[in-house]
Amino acid sequence: MSKARNNPLNSFAAHAALITYTLIALFPVFVILVNSFKTRKAIFRDPLALPEADTFTLIGYQTVLKQGDFFLYFQNSMIVTVVSLTLVLLFGAMAAFALAEYKFKGNLLMGLYLALGIMIPIRIGTVAILEMMVSSGLVNTLWALILVYTAQGLPLAVFILSEFMRQVSDDLKNAGRIDGLSEYTIFFRLVLPLVRPAMATVAVFNMIPIWNDLWFPLILAPAEETKTLTLGSQVFIGQFVTDWNAVLSALSMAILPVMILYVIFSRQLIRGITSGAVK
Amino acid sequence: MKNSGIKWHVIVFLAPAVLVYTAIMIFPLFNTLRLALYTEVDQVRQFVGLENFRTLFGNPHWSGQFWNALGNNFWFFFIHMIVQNPIGIALAAILSHPRLRFAAVYRTAIFVPTILSFVIVGFAWKLILSPIWGITPDMLKALGLKWLYAPYLGKEEYALTTLALISVWQFVGIPMMLIYAALLSIPEEVLEAGEVDGITGFASFWKIKLPLILPSIGIISILTFVGNFNAFDLIYTTQGALAGPAFSTDILGTFMYRTFFGFQLQLGDPHMGSAIASGMFGIILIGVCIYLFGIQTRLRRYQF
Repeated sequence: MSKARNNPLNSFAAHAALITYTLIALFPVFVILVNSFKTRKAIFRDPLALPEADTFTLIGYQTVLKQGDFFLYFQNSMIVTVVSLTLVLLFGAMAAFALAEYKFKGNLLMGLYLALGIMIPIRIGTVAILEMMVSSGLVNTLWALILVYTAQGLPLAVFILSEFMRQVSDDLKNAGRIDGLSEYTIFFRLVLPLVRPAMATVAVFNMIPIWNDLWFPLILAPAEETKTLTLGSQVFIGQFVTDWNAVLSALSMAILPVMILYVIFSRQLIRGITSGAVK
Repeated sequence: MKNSGIKWHVIVFLAPAVLVYTAIMIFPLFNTLRLALYTEVDQVRQFVGLENFRTLFGNPHWSGQFWNALGNNFWFFFIHMIVQNPIGIALAAILSHPRLRFAAVYRTAIFVPTILSFVIVGFAWKLILSPIWGITPDMLKALGLKWLYAPYLGKEEYALTTLALISVWQFVGIPMMLIYAALLSIPEEVLEAGEVDGITGFASFWKIKLPLILPSIGIISILTFVGNFNAFDLIYTTQGALAGPAFSTDILGTFMYRTFFGFQLQLGDPHMGSAIASGMFGIILIGVCIYLFGIQTRLRRYQF
Protein backbone atom coordinates (compact mmCIF):
# COMPACT_ATOMS: atom_id res chain seq x y z
CA MET A 1 0.00 0.00 0.00
CA SER A 2 1.36 3.40 -0.92
CA LYS A 3 2.08 6.28 1.41
CA ALA A 4 -0.44 8.54 -0.28
CA ARG A 5 -3.34 6.62 1.20
CA ASN A 6 -2.02 6.59 4.74
CA ASN A 7 -1.12 10.21 5.19
CA PRO A 8 -1.64 11.11 8.91
CA LEU A 9 -2.99 14.54 7.93
CA ASN A 10 -5.65 12.92 5.75
CA SER A 11 -6.55 10.54 8.50
CA PHE A 12 -6.92 13.46 10.93
CA ALA A 13 -9.17 15.31 8.49
CA ALA A 14 -11.23 12.17 7.98
CA HIS A 15 -11.81 11.74 11.70
CA ALA A 16 -12.59 15.43 12.13
CA ALA A 17 -15.23 15.28 9.39
CA LEU A 18 -16.78 12.09 10.75
CA ILE A 19 -16.83 13.31 14.34
CA THR A 20 -18.48 16.56 13.24
CA TYR A 21 -21.17 14.71 11.37
CA THR A 22 -21.69 12.20 14.18
CA LEU A 23 -22.28 15.11 16.55
CA ILE A 24 -24.81 16.62 14.13
CA ALA A 25 -26.57 13.27 13.87
CA LEU A 26 -26.75 12.62 17.61
CA PHE A 27 -27.19 16.15 18.96
CA PRO A 28 -31.02 16.35 18.78
CA VAL A 29 -31.42 12.93 20.39
CA PHE A 30 -29.02 13.93 23.13
CA VAL A 31 -30.83 17.23 23.82
CA ILE A 32 -34.23 15.51 24.06
CA LEU A 33 -33.05 12.71 26.34
CA VAL A 34 -31.05 14.96 28.66
CA ASN A 35 -33.76 17.57 29.08
CA SER A 36 -36.48 15.03 29.73
CA PHE A 37 -34.88 14.47 33.15
CA LYS A 38 -34.69 18.15 34.11
CA THR A 39 -37.00 20.57 35.84
CA ARG A 40 -38.87 23.04 33.69
CA LYS A 41 -36.69 25.88 34.90
CA ALA A 42 -33.48 24.03 34.11
CA ILE A 43 -34.77 23.07 30.66
CA PHE A 44 -35.02 26.73 29.77
CA ARG A 45 -32.12 28.13 31.73
CA ASP A 46 -29.46 25.78 30.49
CA PRO A 47 -30.72 23.38 27.84
CA LEU A 48 -27.33 21.82 27.15
CA ALA A 49 -26.42 21.00 30.76
CA LEU A 50 -26.72 17.50 32.16
CA PRO A 51 -29.30 17.00 34.92
CA GLU A 52 -27.84 17.54 38.42
CA ALA A 53 -29.14 16.73 41.86
CA ASP A 54 -31.19 19.91 42.16
CA THR A 55 -32.43 19.97 38.55
CA PHE A 56 -33.28 16.28 38.23
CA THR A 57 -36.95 15.34 38.05
CA LEU A 58 -39.15 12.61 36.64
CA ILE A 59 -42.29 14.73 36.57
CA GLY A 60 -42.55 14.55 32.78
CA TYR A 61 -42.52 10.77 32.84
CA GLN A 62 -45.14 10.75 35.60
CA THR A 63 -47.45 12.94 33.50
CA VAL A 64 -46.94 10.76 30.45
CA LEU A 65 -47.62 7.53 32.31
CA LYS A 66 -50.68 9.00 34.00
CA GLN A 67 -52.23 10.70 30.98
CA GLY A 68 -51.31 8.59 28.01
CA ASP A 69 -51.86 4.89 27.66
CA PHE A 70 -48.33 4.29 26.43
CA PHE A 71 -48.23 0.65 27.42
CA LEU A 72 -51.28 -0.04 25.28
CA TYR A 73 -49.77 1.91 22.36
CA PHE A 74 -46.53 0.01 22.75
CA GLN A 75 -48.37 -3.29 22.83
CA ASN A 76 -50.32 -2.36 19.68
CA SER A 77 -47.15 -1.39 17.83
CA MET A 78 -45.52 -4.61 18.96
CA ILE A 79 -48.42 -6.80 17.78
CA VAL A 80 -48.70 -5.03 14.42
CA THR A 81 -44.95 -5.17 13.76
CA VAL A 82 -44.42 -8.77 14.84
CA VAL A 83 -47.46 -10.23 13.08
CA SER A 84 -46.82 -8.25 9.87
CA LEU A 85 -43.18 -9.30 9.81
CA THR A 86 -44.10 -12.94 10.38
CA LEU A 87 -46.59 -12.87 7.52
CA VAL A 88 -44.20 -11.01 5.19
CA LEU A 89 -41.47 -13.56 5.89
CA LEU A 90 -43.68 -16.63 5.64
CA PHE A 91 -45.68 -15.62 2.55
CA GLY A 92 -42.68 -13.92 0.98
CA ALA A 93 -40.44 -16.95 1.43
CA MET A 94 -43.09 -19.32 0.07
CA ALA A 95 -43.64 -17.21 -3.05
CA ALA A 96 -39.91 -16.68 -3.49
CA PHE A 97 -39.37 -20.45 -3.30
CA ALA A 98 -42.03 -21.07 -5.93
CA LEU A 99 -40.47 -18.49 -8.26
CA ALA A 100 -36.90 -19.67 -7.70
CA GLU A 101 -37.48 -23.43 -7.71
CA TYR A 102 -40.18 -24.35 -10.20
CA LYS A 103 -40.38 -23.76 -13.91
CA PHE A 104 -43.97 -23.02 -14.76
CA LYS A 105 -45.79 -20.96 -17.32
CA GLY A 106 -45.88 -17.31 -16.31
CA ASN A 107 -43.02 -17.59 -13.82
CA LEU A 108 -41.25 -14.51 -15.16
CA LEU A 109 -44.50 -12.56 -15.46
CA MET A 110 -45.46 -13.43 -11.89
CA GLY A 111 -42.05 -12.26 -10.70
CA LEU A 112 -42.48 -8.94 -12.49
CA TYR A 113 -46.02 -8.55 -11.17
CA LEU A 114 -44.85 -9.03 -7.59
CA ALA A 115 -41.91 -6.67 -8.16
CA LEU A 116 -44.18 -3.80 -9.28
CA GLY A 117 -44.86 -2.90 -5.67
CA ILE A 118 -41.18 -2.19 -4.96
CA MET A 119 -41.39 1.13 -6.76
CA ILE A 120 -45.05 2.09 -6.42
CA PRO A 121 -45.90 3.23 -2.89
CA ILE A 122 -48.97 1.58 -1.37
CA ARG A 123 -50.14 4.96 -0.05
CA ILE A 124 -51.38 5.91 -3.52
CA GLY A 125 -54.25 3.45 -3.02
CA THR A 126 -55.23 4.79 0.41
CA VAL A 127 -58.72 6.02 -0.59
CA ALA A 128 -59.74 2.59 -1.86
CA ILE A 129 -57.97 0.79 1.00
CA LEU A 130 -59.96 2.78 3.55
CA GLU A 131 -63.19 2.11 1.67
CA MET A 132 -62.43 -1.60 1.65
CA MET A 133 -61.54 -1.68 5.35
CA VAL A 134 -64.73 0.21 6.22
CA SER A 135 -66.94 -2.13 4.23
CA SER A 136 -65.27 -5.22 5.66
CA GLY A 137 -65.49 -3.87 9.19
CA LEU A 138 -61.73 -3.99 9.69
CA VAL A 139 -61.33 -0.26 10.23
CA ASN A 140 -60.03 0.54 13.71
CA THR A 141 -58.69 -2.96 14.16
CA LEU A 142 -55.05 -3.96 14.19
CA TRP A 143 -55.80 -6.37 11.34
CA ALA A 144 -56.26 -3.46 8.95
CA LEU A 145 -52.70 -2.33 9.67
CA ILE A 146 -51.29 -5.86 9.60
CA LEU A 147 -52.78 -6.56 6.18
CA VAL A 148 -51.53 -3.28 4.73
CA TYR A 149 -48.00 -3.74 6.06
CA THR A 150 -47.92 -7.33 4.87
CA ALA A 151 -48.88 -6.27 1.36
CA GLN A 152 -46.38 -3.41 1.51
CA GLY A 153 -43.50 -5.64 2.60
CA LEU A 154 -44.08 -8.56 0.24
CA PRO A 155 -42.66 -7.20 -3.05
CA LEU A 156 -39.16 -6.49 -1.74
CA ALA A 157 -39.21 -9.64 0.41
CA VAL A 158 -40.02 -11.87 -2.58
CA PHE A 159 -37.39 -10.10 -4.67
CA ILE A 160 -34.58 -10.45 -2.13
CA LEU A 161 -35.49 -13.95 -0.94
CA SER A 162 -35.81 -15.43 -4.43
CA GLU A 163 -32.28 -14.18 -5.23
CA PHE A 164 -31.01 -16.10 -2.21
CA MET A 165 -33.10 -19.21 -2.84
CA ARG A 166 -31.58 -19.56 -6.31
CA GLN A 167 -28.23 -20.09 -4.59
CA VAL A 168 -29.40 -23.07 -2.51
CA SER A 169 -27.82 -26.20 -3.95
CA ASP A 170 -30.03 -28.34 -6.20
CA ASP A 171 -28.27 -31.50 -5.06
CA LEU A 172 -29.54 -31.00 -1.54
CA LYS A 173 -33.15 -30.60 -2.68
CA ASN A 174 -32.92 -33.51 -5.09
CA ALA A 175 -31.43 -35.70 -2.38
CA GLY A 176 -34.45 -34.83 -0.28
CA ARG A 177 -36.76 -35.73 -3.14
CA ILE A 178 -35.07 -39.10 -3.59
CA ASP A 179 -35.60 -39.74 0.10
CA GLY A 180 -39.28 -39.17 -0.54
CA LEU A 181 -39.69 -35.78 1.17
CA SER A 182 -42.64 -33.73 -0.02
CA GLU A 183 -42.07 -30.32 -1.61
CA TYR A 184 -43.42 -28.72 1.58
CA THR A 185 -40.97 -30.58 3.78
CA ILE A 186 -38.12 -29.65 1.44
CA PHE A 187 -39.11 -25.99 1.73
CA PHE A 188 -39.63 -25.85 5.48
CA ARG A 189 -36.92 -28.29 6.60
CA LEU A 190 -34.16 -27.89 4.04
CA VAL A 191 -34.42 -24.51 2.34
CA LEU A 192 -35.76 -22.16 5.02
CA PRO A 193 -32.95 -22.81 7.53
CA LEU A 194 -30.40 -22.09 4.80
CA VAL A 195 -31.82 -18.67 3.90
CA ARG A 196 -32.16 -17.52 7.50
CA PRO A 197 -29.62 -14.69 7.09
CA ALA A 198 -31.59 -13.30 4.15
CA MET A 199 -34.81 -13.58 6.16
CA ALA A 200 -33.22 -11.57 8.96
CA THR A 201 -32.21 -8.88 6.46
CA VAL A 202 -35.76 -8.66 5.12
CA ALA A 203 -37.15 -8.50 8.66
CA VAL A 204 -34.87 -5.66 9.66
CA PHE A 205 -35.63 -3.71 6.48
CA ASN A 206 -39.36 -3.96 7.10
CA MET A 207 -39.34 -3.47 10.85
CA ILE A 208 -38.40 0.21 10.94
CA PRO A 209 -40.90 1.56 8.38
CA ILE A 210 -43.73 -0.45 9.98
CA TRP A 211 -42.91 0.65 13.50
CA ASN A 212 -42.52 4.30 12.49
CA ASP A 213 -45.45 4.66 10.09
CA LEU A 214 -47.89 7.45 10.87
CA TRP A 215 -50.05 7.53 7.72
CA PHE A 216 -51.94 4.23 7.99
CA PRO A 217 -52.51 4.27 11.77
CA LEU A 218 -53.86 7.82 11.35
CA ILE A 219 -56.23 6.79 8.59
CA LEU A 220 -57.13 3.16 9.27
CA ALA A 221 -56.90 2.79 13.05
CA PRO A 222 -57.10 6.13 14.89
CA ALA A 223 -59.30 4.77 17.72
CA GLU A 224 -57.87 5.01 21.23
CA GLU A 225 -57.61 1.24 21.69
CA THR A 226 -55.78 0.62 18.39
CA LYS A 227 -53.34 3.56 18.40
CA THR A 228 -49.76 2.61 17.69
CA LEU A 229 -46.90 4.14 19.61
CA THR A 230 -46.08 6.50 16.73
CA LEU A 231 -49.64 7.80 16.42
CA GLY A 232 -50.10 7.81 20.20
CA SER A 233 -47.05 10.01 20.73
CA GLN A 234 -48.14 12.32 17.91
CA VAL A 235 -51.57 12.83 19.48
CA PHE A 236 -50.24 13.06 23.02
CA ILE A 237 -47.60 15.64 22.14
CA GLY A 238 -50.16 17.63 20.17
CA GLN A 239 -52.29 17.90 23.30
CA PHE A 240 -49.47 18.69 25.71
CA VAL A 241 -47.57 21.21 23.60
CA THR A 242 -47.00 23.61 26.47
CA ASP A 243 -46.02 20.99 29.03
CA TRP A 244 -42.35 20.75 28.08
CA ASN A 245 -41.54 18.07 30.64
CA ALA A 246 -44.29 15.83 29.33
CA VAL A 247 -43.41 16.42 25.68
CA LEU A 248 -39.72 15.70 26.17
CA SER A 249 -40.48 12.59 28.22
CA ALA A 250 -42.96 11.33 25.65
CA LEU A 251 -40.35 11.79 22.92
CA SER A 252 -37.73 9.97 24.98
CA MET A 253 -40.13 7.11 25.60
CA ALA A 254 -40.82 6.87 21.88
CA ILE A 255 -37.09 6.87 21.11
CA LEU A 256 -36.28 4.13 23.62
CA PRO A 257 -37.87 1.05 21.99
CA VAL A 258 -36.45 1.84 18.52
CA MET A 259 -33.02 2.43 20.00
CA ILE A 260 -33.13 -0.92 21.76
CA LEU A 261 -34.18 -2.66 18.57
CA TYR A 262 -31.45 -0.80 16.68
CA VAL A 263 -28.75 -1.77 19.14
CA ILE A 264 -29.83 -5.41 18.89
CA PHE A 265 -30.15 -5.48 15.11
CA SER A 266 -27.79 -2.80 13.84
CA ARG A 267 -25.13 -5.27 12.82
CA GLN A 268 -27.69 -7.29 10.88
CA LEU A 269 -29.14 -4.15 9.29
CA ILE A 270 -25.79 -2.77 8.21
CA ARG A 271 -24.61 -6.14 6.98
CA GLY A 272 -27.87 -6.47 5.05
CA ILE A 273 -27.46 -3.13 3.32
CA THR A 274 -23.79 -3.54 2.61
CA SER A 275 -24.12 -7.10 1.34
CA GLY A 276 -25.85 -5.53 -1.63
CA ALA A 277 -29.21 -7.04 -0.88
CA VAL A 278 -30.85 -3.94 -2.36
CA LYS A 279 -29.19 -3.72 -5.74
CA MET B 1 -39.55 -34.29 -10.65
CA LYS B 2 -41.46 -33.49 -13.82
CA ASN B 3 -44.94 -34.82 -13.30
CA SER B 4 -47.78 -33.80 -15.54
CA GLY B 5 -50.94 -32.01 -14.53
CA ILE B 6 -51.39 -29.11 -12.16
CA LYS B 7 -48.61 -28.70 -9.68
CA TRP B 8 -50.61 -27.97 -6.58
CA HIS B 9 -47.63 -27.19 -4.41
CA VAL B 10 -46.65 -24.30 -6.70
CA ILE B 11 -50.10 -22.81 -6.28
CA VAL B 12 -50.04 -23.34 -2.53
CA PHE B 13 -46.64 -21.64 -2.27
CA LEU B 14 -47.69 -18.67 -4.37
CA ALA B 15 -51.27 -18.16 -3.26
CA PRO B 16 -50.95 -16.34 0.10
CA ALA B 17 -48.49 -13.72 -1.16
CA VAL B 18 -50.29 -13.17 -4.44
CA LEU B 19 -53.70 -12.92 -2.77
CA VAL B 20 -52.68 -10.44 -0.07
CA TYR B 21 -50.61 -8.38 -2.49
CA THR B 22 -53.36 -8.26 -5.10
CA ALA B 23 -56.20 -7.58 -2.67
CA ILE B 24 -54.50 -4.96 -0.49
CA MET B 25 -52.10 -3.30 -2.92
CA ILE B 26 -52.84 -3.74 -6.62
CA PHE B 27 -56.64 -3.77 -6.48
CA PRO B 28 -56.94 -0.63 -4.29
CA LEU B 29 -54.40 1.12 -6.50
CA PHE B 30 -56.54 0.65 -9.60
CA ASN B 31 -59.72 1.20 -7.64
CA THR B 32 -58.37 4.57 -6.54
CA LEU B 33 -57.68 5.47 -10.16
CA ARG B 34 -61.27 4.44 -10.95
CA LEU B 35 -62.77 6.39 -8.03
CA ALA B 36 -61.14 9.51 -9.43
CA LEU B 37 -63.70 9.32 -12.25
CA TYR B 38 -66.69 9.49 -9.89
CA THR B 39 -68.28 12.04 -7.64
CA GLU B 40 -70.91 11.96 -4.95
CA VAL B 41 -74.24 13.71 -5.40
CA ASP B 42 -76.73 13.37 -2.54
CA GLN B 43 -74.77 10.42 -1.16
CA VAL B 44 -75.02 8.56 -4.45
CA ARG B 45 -71.87 7.80 -6.40
CA GLN B 46 -72.01 9.07 -9.97
CA PHE B 47 -69.71 8.59 -12.89
CA VAL B 48 -68.43 11.93 -14.14
CA GLY B 49 -65.51 10.97 -16.36
CA LEU B 50 -62.62 13.37 -16.18
CA GLU B 51 -64.63 16.09 -14.42
CA ASN B 52 -62.55 15.85 -11.21
CA PHE B 53 -59.36 16.38 -13.18
CA ARG B 54 -60.95 19.32 -14.98
CA THR B 55 -61.68 20.82 -11.55
CA LEU B 56 -58.21 20.00 -10.26
CA PHE B 57 -56.45 21.67 -13.18
CA GLY B 58 -59.09 24.14 -14.36
CA ASN B 59 -60.60 25.63 -11.21
CA PRO B 60 -58.14 28.26 -9.96
CA HIS B 61 -58.84 27.39 -6.31
CA TRP B 62 -57.81 23.77 -6.88
CA SER B 63 -55.16 24.23 -9.52
CA GLY B 64 -53.44 26.89 -7.42
CA GLN B 65 -53.10 24.43 -4.54
CA PHE B 66 -52.04 21.61 -6.82
CA TRP B 67 -49.25 23.54 -8.57
CA ASN B 68 -48.15 24.98 -5.24
CA ALA B 69 -47.90 21.47 -3.74
CA LEU B 70 -46.17 20.10 -6.83
CA GLY B 71 -43.68 22.98 -6.94
CA ASN B 72 -42.94 22.58 -3.23
CA ASN B 73 -42.50 18.86 -3.75
CA PHE B 74 -39.94 19.47 -6.49
CA TRP B 75 -38.06 21.90 -4.25
CA PHE B 76 -38.14 19.30 -1.45
CA PHE B 77 -36.69 16.74 -3.86
CA PHE B 78 -34.12 19.21 -5.22
CA ILE B 79 -32.77 19.93 -1.71
CA HIS B 80 -32.43 16.21 -1.08
CA MET B 81 -30.55 15.71 -4.33
CA ILE B 82 -28.09 18.57 -3.79
CA VAL B 83 -27.56 18.16 -0.03
CA GLN B 84 -28.42 14.64 1.12
CA ASN B 85 -26.80 12.65 -1.65
CA PRO B 86 -23.49 14.55 -1.86
CA ILE B 87 -23.10 14.42 1.94
CA GLY B 88 -23.96 10.73 1.88
CA ILE B 89 -21.40 10.08 -0.84
CA ALA B 90 -18.73 12.13 0.96
CA LEU B 91 -19.30 10.29 4.26
CA ALA B 92 -19.20 6.94 2.47
CA ALA B 93 -15.98 7.90 0.69
CA ILE B 94 -14.33 8.79 4.00
CA LEU B 95 -15.69 5.68 5.74
CA SER B 96 -14.50 3.33 3.03
CA HIS B 97 -10.88 4.37 3.60
CA PRO B 98 -9.18 1.01 4.17
CA ARG B 99 -7.32 1.85 7.37
CA LEU B 100 -9.86 4.08 9.06
CA ARG B 101 -10.34 3.23 12.72
CA PHE B 102 -13.74 3.23 14.45
CA ALA B 103 -15.50 3.04 11.06
CA ALA B 104 -18.21 0.82 12.54
CA VAL B 105 -18.88 3.26 15.38
CA TYR B 106 -19.29 6.21 13.00
CA ARG B 107 -21.50 4.18 10.68
CA THR B 108 -23.79 3.10 13.49
CA ALA B 109 -24.05 6.59 14.98
CA ILE B 110 -24.69 8.39 11.69
CA PHE B 111 -27.46 5.93 10.88
CA VAL B 112 -29.33 6.61 14.15
CA PRO B 113 -31.60 9.42 12.84
CA THR B 114 -32.81 7.16 10.03
CA ILE B 115 -34.37 4.70 12.46
CA LEU B 116 -36.32 7.35 14.36
CA SER B 117 -39.94 8.05 13.46
CA PHE B 118 -40.99 11.29 11.81
CA VAL B 119 -42.91 12.12 14.96
CA ILE B 120 -39.75 12.09 17.06
CA VAL B 121 -37.65 13.85 14.42
CA GLY B 122 -40.31 16.46 13.67
CA PHE B 123 -41.01 17.41 17.28
CA ALA B 124 -37.38 17.25 18.32
CA TRP B 125 -36.35 19.73 15.64
CA LYS B 126 -39.41 21.85 16.24
CA LEU B 127 -38.34 22.23 19.87
CA ILE B 128 -34.69 22.83 18.99
CA LEU B 129 -35.51 25.49 16.41
CA SER B 130 -38.19 27.06 18.58
CA PRO B 131 -37.61 30.68 19.58
CA ILE B 132 -39.18 29.92 22.98
CA TRP B 133 -36.61 27.39 24.04
CA GLY B 134 -33.71 29.27 22.55
CA ILE B 135 -31.22 26.45 21.92
CA THR B 136 -30.62 27.51 18.33
CA PRO B 137 -30.34 31.28 18.95
CA ASP B 138 -27.98 30.63 21.91
CA MET B 139 -25.77 28.33 19.89
CA LEU B 140 -25.64 30.73 16.97
CA LYS B 141 -24.78 33.52 19.40
CA ALA B 142 -21.92 31.47 20.77
CA LEU B 143 -20.61 31.15 17.23
CA GLY B 144 -21.09 34.88 16.63
CA LEU B 145 -23.79 34.21 14.07
CA LYS B 146 -26.79 35.46 15.97
CA TRP B 147 -27.99 37.48 12.95
CA LEU B 148 -28.55 34.17 11.14
CA TYR B 149 -31.36 33.18 13.46
CA ALA B 150 -34.98 33.35 12.44
CA PRO B 151 -37.97 31.27 13.50
CA TYR B 152 -37.21 29.05 10.53
CA LEU B 153 -40.33 26.90 10.70
CA GLY B 154 -42.63 29.89 11.10
CA LYS B 155 -41.45 31.94 8.12
CA GLU B 156 -42.96 31.29 4.73
CA GLU B 157 -39.68 31.79 2.91
CA TYR B 158 -37.64 29.37 5.07
CA ALA B 159 -40.07 26.74 6.33
CA LEU B 160 -40.00 24.37 3.38
CA THR B 161 -36.22 24.45 3.01
CA THR B 162 -35.83 23.92 6.76
CA LEU B 163 -38.12 20.89 6.63
CA ALA B 164 -36.25 19.52 3.63
CA LEU B 165 -32.98 19.88 5.55
CA ILE B 166 -34.48 18.12 8.58
CA SER B 167 -35.49 15.29 6.28
CA VAL B 168 -31.96 15.27 4.82
CA TRP B 169 -30.56 15.05 8.34
CA GLN B 170 -32.80 12.08 8.99
CA PHE B 171 -32.11 10.09 5.82
CA VAL B 172 -28.49 10.80 4.98
CA GLY B 173 -27.66 7.35 6.37
CA ILE B 174 -29.33 5.56 3.47
CA PRO B 175 -27.21 6.97 0.59
CA MET B 176 -24.20 6.69 2.89
CA MET B 177 -24.75 2.96 3.41
CA LEU B 178 -25.55 2.15 -0.21
CA ILE B 179 -22.55 4.06 -1.57
CA TYR B 180 -20.36 2.60 1.15
CA ALA B 181 -21.36 -0.87 0.00
CA ALA B 182 -20.65 0.05 -3.61
CA LEU B 183 -17.24 1.50 -2.74
CA LEU B 184 -16.26 -1.62 -0.78
CA SER B 185 -17.02 -3.78 -3.79
CA ILE B 186 -14.39 -2.01 -5.93
CA PRO B 187 -11.43 -4.39 -6.10
CA GLU B 188 -8.13 -3.29 -4.68
CA GLU B 189 -6.31 -4.12 -7.97
CA VAL B 190 -8.24 -1.43 -9.82
CA LEU B 191 -7.19 1.21 -7.30
CA GLU B 192 -3.62 -0.04 -7.26
CA ALA B 193 -3.48 0.08 -11.05
CA GLY B 194 -4.54 3.71 -10.74
CA GLU B 195 -1.82 4.36 -8.20
CA VAL B 196 0.78 2.96 -10.52
CA ASP B 197 -0.36 5.57 -13.02
CA GLY B 198 -0.10 8.24 -10.33
CA ILE B 199 -3.81 8.60 -9.61
CA THR B 200 -4.24 8.87 -5.83
CA GLY B 201 -6.36 10.62 -3.21
CA PHE B 202 -9.01 12.93 -4.63
CA ALA B 203 -8.11 12.13 -8.20
CA SER B 204 -8.63 8.45 -7.51
CA PHE B 205 -12.08 9.23 -6.13
CA TRP B 206 -13.13 11.41 -9.09
CA LYS B 207 -11.56 9.40 -11.87
CA ILE B 208 -11.92 5.81 -10.69
CA LYS B 209 -14.40 5.37 -7.86
CA LEU B 210 -17.10 7.84 -8.87
CA PRO B 211 -17.64 6.41 -12.36
CA LEU B 212 -17.81 2.93 -10.82
CA ILE B 213 -20.51 3.85 -8.30
CA LEU B 214 -22.75 5.73 -10.77
CA PRO B 215 -25.31 2.88 -10.88
CA SER B 216 -25.69 3.13 -7.07
CA ILE B 217 -26.14 6.89 -7.33
CA GLY B 218 -28.87 6.23 -9.88
CA ILE B 219 -30.68 3.88 -7.48
CA ILE B 220 -30.36 6.41 -4.66
CA SER B 221 -31.82 9.13 -6.87
CA ILE B 222 -34.89 7.10 -7.76
CA LEU B 223 -35.39 5.98 -4.14
CA THR B 224 -35.19 9.62 -3.06
CA PHE B 225 -37.64 10.62 -5.79
CA VAL B 226 -40.26 8.01 -4.85
CA GLY B 227 -39.78 8.71 -1.14
CA ASN B 228 -40.13 12.48 -1.56
CA PHE B 229 -43.21 12.40 -3.78
CA ASN B 230 -44.86 10.11 -1.27
CA ALA B 231 -43.79 12.11 1.80
CA PHE B 232 -46.33 13.31 4.33
CA ASP B 233 -45.42 12.44 7.91
CA LEU B 234 -42.75 15.06 8.61
CA ILE B 235 -44.83 17.97 7.32
CA TYR B 236 -47.95 16.73 9.09
CA THR B 237 -46.09 16.29 12.39
CA THR B 238 -44.43 19.70 12.43
CA GLN B 239 -46.87 21.91 10.53
CA GLY B 240 -50.17 20.04 10.74
CA ALA B 241 -52.52 19.17 7.89
CA LEU B 242 -52.67 22.82 6.81
CA ALA B 243 -48.94 22.74 5.99
CA GLY B 244 -48.41 26.25 7.24
CA PRO B 245 -47.39 28.98 7.25
CA ALA B 246 -49.85 29.87 4.48
CA PHE B 247 -49.47 26.49 2.69
CA SER B 248 -45.80 27.22 2.06
CA THR B 249 -44.84 23.67 3.10
CA ASP B 250 -47.73 21.92 1.37
CA ILE B 251 -46.62 18.92 -0.67
CA LEU B 252 -48.68 16.39 -2.61
CA GLY B 253 -49.02 14.03 0.38
CA THR B 254 -50.47 16.68 2.70
CA PHE B 255 -52.64 18.09 -0.09
CA MET B 256 -54.11 14.66 -0.75
CA TYR B 257 -54.67 14.03 2.97
CA ARG B 258 -56.46 17.37 3.41
CA THR B 259 -58.63 16.85 0.37
CA PHE B 260 -59.47 13.28 1.27
CA PHE B 261 -60.22 13.88 4.96
CA GLY B 262 -61.30 17.48 4.99
CA PHE B 263 -60.09 20.10 7.43
CA GLN B 264 -61.71 22.94 9.32
CA LEU B 265 -64.76 23.86 7.26
CA GLN B 266 -64.03 21.93 4.11
CA LEU B 267 -65.59 18.48 3.98
CA GLY B 268 -63.50 15.51 2.95
CA ASP B 269 -63.89 14.40 -0.65
CA PRO B 270 -62.60 10.89 -1.43
CA HIS B 271 -63.09 11.38 -5.15
CA MET B 272 -61.02 14.53 -5.40
CA GLY B 273 -58.54 12.79 -3.09
CA SER B 274 -58.40 9.93 -5.58
CA ALA B 275 -57.82 12.40 -8.40
CA ILE B 276 -54.81 13.84 -6.54
CA ALA B 277 -53.57 10.31 -5.76
CA SER B 278 -53.84 9.52 -9.48
CA GLY B 279 -51.73 12.60 -10.19
CA MET B 280 -49.12 11.39 -7.69
CA PHE B 281 -49.22 7.94 -9.29
CA GLY B 282 -48.61 9.50 -12.70
CA ILE B 283 -45.68 11.57 -11.45
CA ILE B 284 -44.04 8.62 -9.68
CA LEU B 285 -44.60 6.43 -12.75
CA ILE B 286 -42.97 9.02 -15.02
CA GLY B 287 -40.02 9.30 -12.63
CA VAL B 288 -39.56 5.53 -12.43
CA CYS B 289 -39.83 5.19 -16.24
CA ILE B 290 -37.27 7.95 -16.80
CA TYR B 291 -34.96 6.09 -14.45
CA LEU B 292 -35.55 2.60 -15.88
CA PHE B 293 -35.41 3.51 -19.56
CA GLY B 294 -33.51 6.77 -19.67
CA ILE B 295 -30.87 6.47 -16.98
CA GLN B 296 -30.36 2.89 -15.90
CA THR B 297 -29.84 1.51 -19.40
CA ARG B 298 -27.19 4.14 -20.16
CA LEU B 299 -25.14 3.60 -17.03
CA ARG B 300 -22.36 1.20 -17.73
CA ARG B 301 -22.09 -1.57 -15.18
CA TYR B 302 -18.77 -3.15 -14.46
CA GLN B 303 -18.39 -6.75 -13.44
CA PHE B 304 -15.36 -7.61 -11.42
